[in-house]
Amino acid sequence: MRLANKVAIITGASSGIGRSTAYLFAKEGARIAVANNINVAGGEETVASIKASGCEAIFVKTDISVASEVENLVKVTKDKYGKIDILLNSAGIFGSTKETPIEDTDESLWERVYAVNVKGIFLTTKYVVPEMKKASGGVIINIASMGGIRPVGPRNAAYLSSKGAVITLTKALAIELAPDNIRVNCINPFMTETRMVKQLPAEVIKAAVSTIPLGRIVKPEDIAYAALYLASEESSMLTGASINVDGGHGI
Amino acid sequence: MNITFDNKVAIVTGAAGGIGRVCAELLAEGGAKVALVDYHPERLAEATKNVQKKGIAQGYRLDVADTSAIAPTVSRIRQELGEVDILVCCAGIAAPMLAEEATEAVWDNMLAINTKGLFFCNQAVAIQSMIPRKSGAIVNIASVTGIIGMPPPFMTVAYSASKGGVVQITRQEAVEWAKYNIRVNAVAPTMVVTDMTKELLEDPEGKAAALNLMPLHRFGEPYDVAAAICFLVSDAAKMITGVILPVDGGQTAQ
Repeated sequence: MRLANKVAIITGASSGIGRSTAYLFAKEGARIAVANNINVAGGEETVASIKASGCEAIFVKTDISVASEVENLVKVTKDKYGKIDILLNSAGIFGSTKETPIEDTDESLWERVYAVNVKGIFLTTKYVVPEMKKASGGVIINIASMGGIRPVGPRNAAYLSSKGAVITLTKALAIELAPDNIRVNCINPFMTETRMVKQLPAEVIKAAVSTIPLGRIVKPEDIAYAALYLASEESSMLTGASINVDGGHGI
Repeated sequence: MNITFDNKVAIVTGAAGGIGRVCAELLAEGGAKVALVDYHPERLAEATKNVQKKGIAQGYRLDVADTSAIAPTVSRIRQELGEVDILVCCAGIAAPMLAEEATEAVWDNMLAINTKGLFFCNQAVAIQSMIPRKSGAIVNIASVTGIIGMPPPFMTVAYSASKGGVVQITRQEAVEWAKYNIRVNAVAPTMVVTDMTKELLEDPEGKAAALNLMPLHRFGEPYDVAAAICFLVSDAAKMITGVILPVDGGQTAQ
């Protein structure tokens, strides 16, 4: 088992990439704290499935854009499992699933997208890092997006730019935290078959998949396996990396 | 699914060198039949013997700069081990030189091995085994020097050019061969502790300068790079193609 005795916090694990990664990490030996806010039933279901397979997990309802809730998430996880080795920031929102030109972008939409996609990672990192420093190391994995590199597809500058911010945040933190042996990397998925992507119009999905040289939609498992590599000791020389899992879309 | 290579045939070029040797071992341990390819007969024999302790392996002598010998070697490997599923191109050389002092002979030799030799290995394996079977995974060894410029005292002009070529060969093949379900990726290591970097790392000033490039403040070990390669050629990475993965302790994040 590649994550034996590890403890991982996974945000946004009520479905899609977060859930798929939670299942894989649990199978590889990690104990998981599932954190999400809106889809509580989904988060609890993820925990129930992990437990049913004989592994360990807890659910901690958390709005990652609120500092006190993130502090609670870290505390509850630490009290339950004694430490935190891995933080996977998978929670994210589009804010809008239709064409959203900049002049039609409400301030509230912009703020909500940045609160979850960017501030959320700032806060989880801020409160997890002291625990990782105490443990002399750790791994942080952020789910960014190919939209942060090539902002094509439906107009949604809030979402696209927030993912660019995640990529730069990853690199800045990688440099800042390297002396503490905390590795920070991100994964850039493209058009992944998740609940979130399924909210997009079918023709948007079809058009996007036609730009993938490998010719198929990305599966949550494709992202989970990249996350497993980044979480394991096998990648101990990788930090600040940004891995495209996109079937070649971004080449 | 996990990282296993049961029933796969893998070719590793430069298999007697630091990274290639560990990579061949990991592939063999994972169940692959491994063809070790290297130009140096004694080191090749020794590396092959080592890998045979872990699994099935056979050595093939080849100088990748001799492009006419590449396709026949791949044919022999196919006859003896079977159709090739995995190709890892580690064969390469380095030579320090200031840009204003670079000579044509050194330049030509570097590009002949690191870039041209690597491409024709990719091409031969793709044509013979991968395109006909619509399946395959290739990993080329690039370098951080193929992505960014290096500060003094590093004198890498020809090496950087050769590795920049590897980066673009990798991307172009990934796009062209995606329709054959062939994935082509590269790893871009920083300074790894091997014979290639021995001289530099024995010099205290060179060593300190190199360490300062890397936020994680340590040199790469061959295992770091070999593990990244094994991830990229495995089914765990089956949606990843055209990627240049730095294994660099954060050097290119800066």
